Amino acid sequence: MENFQYILPEVFISISIMLFLLVGVFKKKSASLIYNLSNISLVILLALIINLSSLETVYLFNNSYLIDNLSNYMKIILVGSGIFVMLTGSKYIQVINLNKIEYPILILSSILGMMIMISSNDLIVFYMGLELQSLALYVLASFNRDNLLSTESGLKYFVLSALSSGLLLYGCSLTYGFSESTNFDQILINSTEFNYGTTFGIVFILVGLAFKISAVPFHMWAPDVYQGSPTSVTLFFAILPKIAALSVFIKFLYTPFANMNDQWQTIIVFISIASMIFGAVAAIGQKNLKRLIAYSSISHMGYALAGLATVTNQGIQSSITYISIYLVMNLAFFSCLFMLKRNDKYYENIEDLSGLSKKHPILSFSLLIVLFSLAGIPPLAGFFAKFYVFLAVIEQSMYFLAIVGLLATVIAAFYYLRIIKIIYFDPEKDEYETSHNLGLKITLAISTIFILAYFIYPSGITEIVSKITMI
Amino acid sequence: MNFPILSSLILLPTIGALFILFTKSSSGKYQSSKYVALFISLANFLLSLYLWYVFDKNSVDFQFVENRDWLSGFIYYKVGIDGISILFVILTTFITPICIISVNATITKRLKDFLIAILIMETFMIGVFCSLDLVIFYLFFEAGLIPMFLIIGIWGGERRVYSAFKFFLYTLLGSVLMLVAIISIYWITGTTDVEKLYELGINAEYQNLLWLAFFSSFAVKTPMWPVHTWLPDAHVEAPTVGSVLLAAILLKMAGYGFIRFSLGLFPIASENFTMLVYILSLIAIIYTSLVALMQEDMKKLIAYSSVAHMGFVTLGIFTMTQQGIEGSIFQMISHGLVSAALFLSVGVVYERHHTRLINKYGGLVSIMPRYAIVFMVFTLGALGLPGTTGFIGEFLILMGAFEKNILVAMIASLGVILGAAYMLWLFKRVVFGEMNNQELKSMKDLKTFEIITLSALVIPILFFGFYPEPLMNSIEASVENTLNMYNFDLINNLASKD
Repeated sequence: MENFQYILPEVFISISIMLFLLVGVFKKKSASLIYNLSNISLVILLALIINLSSLETVYLFNNSYLIDNLSNYMKIILVGSGIFVMLTGSKYIQVINLNKIEYPILILSSILGMMIMISSNDLIVFYMGLELQSLALYVLASFNRDNLLSTESGLKYFVLSALSSGLLLYGCSLTYGFSESTNFDQILINSTEFNYGTTFGIVFILVGLAFKISAVPFHMWAPDVYQGSPTSVTLFFAILPKIAALSVFIKFLYTPFANMNDQWQTIIVFISIASMIFGAVAAIGQKNLKRLIAYSSISHMGYALAGLATVTNQGIQSSITYISIYLVMNLAFFSCLFMLKRNDKYYENIEDLSGLSKKHPILSFSLLIVLFSLAGIPPLAGFFAKFYVFLAVIEQSMYFLAIVGLLATVIAAFYYLRIIKIIYFDPEKDEYETSHNLGLKITLAISTIFILAYFIYPSGITEIVSKITMI
Repeated sequence: MNFPILSSLILLPTIGALFILFTKSSSGKYQSSKYVALFISLANFLLSLYLWYVFDKNSVDFQFVENRDWLSGFIYYKVGIDGISILFVILTTFITPICIISVNATITKRLKDFLIAILIMETFMIGVFCSLDLVIFYLFFEAGLIPMFLIIGIWGGERRVYSAFKFFLYTLLGSVLMLVAIISIYWITGTTDVEKLYELGINAEYQNLLWLAFFSSFAVKTPMWPVHTWLPDAHVEAPTVGSVLLAAILLKMAGYGFIRFSLGLFPIASENFTMLVYILSLIAIIYTSLVALMQEDMKKLIAYSSVAHMGFVTLGIFTMTQQGIEGSIFQMISHGLVSAALFLSVGVVYERHHTRLINKYGGLVSIMPRYAIVFMVFTLGALGLPGTTGFIGEFLILMGAFEKNILVAMIASLGVILGAAYMLWLFKRVVFGEMNNQELKSMKDLKTFEIITLSALVIPILFFGFYPEPLMNSIEASVENTLNMYNFDLINNLASKD
């Protein structure tokens, strides 16, 4: 029982989930109550994790569970963005009639799964966490079950994700077979010598993870799922699974497979370059904002992976910084999307933004900031995200990766500019509603100010992240 | 630490912009925000004049240096000025109030947003000329794209979207390579502080590639042939004030960058690539002058003439002689004043007659005599008549060029003749000749605010044309220092080879 205090956050959230289920079953019309309770429990969860974060590295349950600086930081940004996702989406799910008790409970279970993924130090524990989050996500994607697109996206996500989980599992079993252990540290010790079995294991595991993070060439599900899912779920998809998958990426590459970096480095470089270019080029023709942001997130994941490809601490830190800034930009973007509402209908096509700046100057200005930031134009936060990554990449003299990445930002700038053009240069359309719930407004304000004012004190995140060392 | 005068200079316009953002206007005309903007920009101008007054012109060091930890102890917010950059700072603070006064005539919608954009732009422009750290420089250099993109796109002409995109993407494409180079410099030398880099020097083996990366950015921004094509589009579609800012200040960032970074940081590479720059500059001078001759649109003509003038500037810088570089700096200041004035002059008739086509005009001298006089001064300034600033710049550049390469100088001199040809022909077609177009008769002569802005530009053009000493005085020591460092590095490099 002496370990209990370290896994208090996980235990707390598990108990909350079960409790809320009971409440939902026995009390009628309790959807809003559970929604609010879930939000409060997330805040408590965040406090519990922050309380733990001063601790040293702790191994639990026979070394299968690890709590260290990396996992704590990742859990903090995970749960923190979870809170904001819940805040921004609360009105949305009421309007489109999805305010059911399952919705917040599924989100909480998914977050629990991700926390287990982030802390896992064993293949089996990792896989358990992964499946818990995936199963919740399948249901969430098709949550709007009367909508054809939503059902399609859920099914598509399920089929492809199951396939990738299969590959991942195959990779895990190969790794286990050749390194004789499921424990990450043990695998590291046992895999000092090159053998084909472990190499194949790495490839299969990376394929599975690349799928979760929607990196090219395993990105096919992302645009459809992003477009089909309810927007609040899309926001969830755009941020939380990416944080979890990225931290698992870091964990796999730098704990069990750290000795084999000459094997996986080329794979990561390839995935990174392909994602950056594909994400930038494919987004140009899109008409739906959610679909566009799917391609945009593919390309952003390419940059985050570019940091990992360097095999240095600097690189890992730059990736973590990248994902932290990326999630704020996405929060801001989706908050703007939630504001495009007229007569209980949400608009999500690019043309719907036409001439937005005349009637809604503040909303348009926020979008302007977010889009320039996503494009990586200084002095906004998005620039610093890219700057750290390229700093790490060029340190390792990987000039090809750096130059391709920067050229991809120029291509990507084109479609972000296109949205700005539609907002600012095109003739105006009907007005949207201006009354929004407080959570949404606060989220938008905080995230926009964060992006805009990041340059005043850019060392903030860097200094926190610099405590995380893997090598 | 003294009062942070440079940071105040940089930040003051942004504070003004924030102030305007939060003021509400009762009538919807935003007159009050215009006065706020004017007040702020004039205050900034006076502050920069004070800076010039207290600036020690005999010192070669950077002055008013502020150095603060900014990015976790490896990149510093460092600003400071020497004799070269102070002139560009003053040019910026001088042009901005003129732009704000002229806003009335051309901007009919969203005046408030426009003023904010201009003030933010001023912050970035001053920042570029003051920054002494490569990352800070890049930050300001790139950030300027955002307000300029909006200025062209929102308040521009018919093809504004195309022009704004072209402007943005061309410049961004050039700049990203510079970012790679800046980060590489950090890993090679361990610092991005310009002063430290001057002392340390950069290993000769890296210089060529780094120089090319910087060149790709500056060449687009200058603009040099063959990447100049964004400029005529941007100028034609931008509102008058946007063109003024673009021609007078934005183009100077690249010329300044050549002197400060290309020459200062990569002397060996600069020496290697001198011929490349000569050839591109000569093509720019001759080819764009010929193109300018054939233009039917006044703004396009002036835009092409800008390319030709900037050709002189790059030529002068890479002669690596005292006269050449001083001439280039002088030419940049002069072009900043003259091109701003010319775009404003075009704006004057465009606002009255709503066309920029040259053949729609003629005989304006009889109905707009005052306009004819100021326009003549600007035309003569552009073609480099002795007594105007244009002459001194071109003369010094050609002197520098003759010292290094007679053939190059002779070809460049042809450009002076062509320049006279297209400018005088433009003047003749617009101001003299017969008035065939009856609609022109209703045009009124200059209004008060136009007289203020245009004469504010006439005075320095003529004054510094006759008496260039104050400007020359300011840049002399710094240019000499730059050249000394340059030659010192070259000799060292030769010695190390032996």
